[in-house]
Amino acid sequence: MRRIALILVPYLWLLALFLVPFAIVLKISLSDLAMSIPPYTPQLDLAAGWEGIKAFFSQLDLENYIWLTQDELYWKAYLSSLKISLIATALTLLVGYPMAYGMARAPEEWRPMLLMLVILPFWTSFLIRVYAWMGILAKEGVLNQFLMWLGVVSEPLVILNTNIAVYIGIVYTYLPFMILPIYASLDRMDNSLLEAAEDLGCSRFSAFWLITAPLSKQGVIAGCFLVFIPVIGEFVIPSLLGGSKTLMIGKVLWDEFFSNRDWPVASAVAVVLLLILIIPIILFQRNEQKQREAEG
Amino acid sequence: MALDVFAPWDDPDAKPLIQFKNVTKRFGDFTAIDDLTVDIFEKEFFALLGPSGCGKTTMMRMLAGFETPSDGTILLSGQDMAPVPPNQRAVNMMFQSYALFPHLSVWENIAFGLRRDKMPKDEMGARVDEMLRLTRLEKFARRKPHQISGGQRQRVALARSLAKAPKLLLLDEPLGALDKKLRQETQFELMDIQESTGTTFVIVTHDQEEAMTVASRVAVMDHGKIVQVATPDAIYEAPNSTYVADFIGDVNMITGTVRAEGAQLRMTWAEGQPEIVGETSKTFGKDQSVHFAIRPEKVSISAEKPVDAANAVQGQVLDIAYLGNISTYHVQLPGGQVIKAQTANNRRISRRSFTWEDSVWLSWTATAGVFLEQ
Repeated sequence: MRRIALILVPYLWLLALFLVPFAIVLKISLSDLAMSIPPYTPQLDLAAGWEGIKAFFSQLDLENYIWLTQDELYWKAYLSSLKISLIATALTLLVGYPMAYGMARAPEEWRPMLLMLVILPFWTSFLIRVYAWMGILAKEGVLNQFLMWLGVVSEPLVILNTNIAVYIGIVYTYLPFMILPIYASLDRMDNSLLEAAEDLGCSRFSAFWLITAPLSKQGVIAGCFLVFIPVIGEFVIPSLLGGSKTLMIGKVLWDEFFSNRDWPVASAVAVVLLLILIIPIILFQRNEQKQREAEG
Repeated sequence: MALDVFAPWDDPDAKPLIQFKNVTKRFGDFTAIDDLTVDIFEKEFFALLGPSGCGKTTMMRMLAGFETPSDGTILLSGQDMAPVPPNQRAVNMMFQSYALFPHLSVWENIAFGLRRDKMPKDEMGARVDEMLRLTRLEKFARRKPHQISGGQRQRVALARSLAKAPKLLLLDEPLGALDKKLRQETQFELMDIQESTGTTFVIVTHDQEEAMTVASRVAVMDHGKIVQVATPDAIYEAPNSTYVADFIGDVNMITGTVRAEGAQLRMTWAEGQPEIVGETSKTFGKDQSVHFAIRPEKVSISAEKPVDAANAVQGQVLDIAYLGNISTYHVQLPGGQVIKAQTANNRRISRRSFTWEDSVWLSWTATAGVFLEQ
C-alpha cells in the first residue's frame, strides 16, 4: 500500500504537469482557427450532454498537420533547428571537453572552486545573460571596441543577428550541461589506468585516445544529449541574438502563437517538435541505463 | 648431490640487473628516499618491505619511470635509466589497484602492451593465449574486468604485465586486495610463475609473511633507507638492528651491558638475575649497552630448572595465548620483565602442562639469541 502511494505521487505529478497540458495542446492542434476567445473551435460543450461530446469529436481533424507538410517554412525550420542544434552541440563538446579534462586533472583542492565557477552563471537569469551577449556582440559592442582598439580590425565585425551569434549564445549557455557529465566521468577514472597504459608502451597522447576517451564516452554522450535536446526547441537565443536568416522551430512556434494567433497550427508545430524530440530522449535514457548496468 | 644455491649477491663477479647508486628522492621538504644504494640481480625475487611511508613505493615508481631521482643514478643492465620514459623501459608494473582497463576484455587487456609494440597478429594471439594458460584464465578471456572475481583480476593484472616479457617486473602490493587464504595460495603461484618465466621480480609489500614466503632476498626499509638486505632466514635469524628484529616476527628484547669472556658474551641486565650468556661474531666494548633479541619459539618453558641450559630464569605465567598450532606464554620475571615463550601444541589442550599463575623456568641455549648494538 505504501509502495503504491509512493509511486502514485510522481505519477500524479507527471499526469498533472505533463500529460494533461499535452492532451490540451494535442486537442488544440486538431481544432480549427476561429475569431473567438479562445481562438479555436470546437469548444467542448458538456451541457449538451452526449450529443455535445459527439459533435465535438466529429469536428476534430488533422488539417493543421497537413498544412505543416504543405508550407515549406515548417519542415525547413525543423531541419534548420536540427542542423543548428547538431553544430552547436559539436561546438559545445569541443569547448567543454578540454575544460572538463582540465578540471579533472587540476589539483584536488582546486576542483570544488572550478566546479563552482562552472555553475556560477546559473545564479543570474538566463535572459539577462543572453542580453549581456547582445551588448558584447553588437556593432558598437564591447568585443568590437576591443578588437578596434587592438587594431586587429578596422571595421566593426557584424556578429550580432547572425548565426555565429546564435552559436556563441548556445555554446555559452549550455556549456555547463556539457562540462558536468564529462567531468563526472573523468573524475571517476582511476589515474593509475593512465600510468598502466604508459607502462605498457603508450605515449601520453595515445593513452588519451585508448583509455581516457573511451572511458569518458558515457559522459560525452550524456552531455551531448543534454545540449542537443533543449537546443532544438530553443527560442530565446535565436530571437535575441539571431537575425532574420536564423530559422529555428522555436521561433516559428512563437510567431504562430503570438503574432499570427493561430493556436491550432502552433499546437501542431509543438506536437511534431515533441515527437521529434522523443527519439533523442529515448536514446539518452538508453545510454544512462547502459551506464548504470556497466557500473552495477 | 649438492644443490646449486641461487645466491648471485654472494658472487663478486655477478653483474647486477639493477643498481641504485646513492639515490635520493625528495618531494618538497620531504625526503622519501635517502641516499640509497642497493643491487638487484637477474632472476631474483626481491622484496621491499616496510611500514607505509617508508619509501618502498617511491623506489618502485622510480624503477617504473613515474618518478625521477633527485640525486644519484639507477642503472638497468648498466644503462642509466633517468632519460628513459616509462613507455620505453623494459620494465612492467603490476599495480596495487590492478589498473585493468574496464572497457577492454581480459584478452584485450593482456594484448594491450603487445599491440603497442606492433606485434604481428598471430604472434600476439599465441602470446596472449600463453599468458592466459600461465595464469589459468582461458575461460575468462572474453569477460570484462567487472565480470570476474578479485583473484581473477589479480591474475589478469599479472598476465598483462608479464605479456611483454619484461626484464624486470614490479609488483606493488600485488596481493593486498585478496583475503588471507587466497593470498597464501597466490604467493606460491607467484613464485612458480617467477621461476618458470625467469623474470626478475621486485615486490613491494608491508606484509612480512608475504615477503618472507616469496622473496629470495628481503630489503627492510625505514624512513627512506634500507636497514638490512638479506635472505629471509638471515633477516629472521640474524637481524642487524632492533628495528629489523622487531619488524619481522615476534621478539623478546632485553637491554643490558656486556662483558666478553672468551668467545662468549655475558650481559648483565637486571639485579638478582643471572647474566645472559650468548655467542656473537660481533665485538662489543666492555660495559657497552646492548640489546639482546630472542625469538619466543627459541625459549623453552619447563616446570623444573633444566640442568644443562646456558641460560635459565624463573618466572610466573601471566597470560596464555592459544593459537591452535602453538601457544604463547607470557611469563613475568621477578623484576617485572615479561618474556614470551612459544611451544608447539603437540598435545591436546586438556593435557597442557602449564596454566595461569604457575611458576615456570624459561631457558635457551647460548646461540639462540642475538646481541644488537642499536
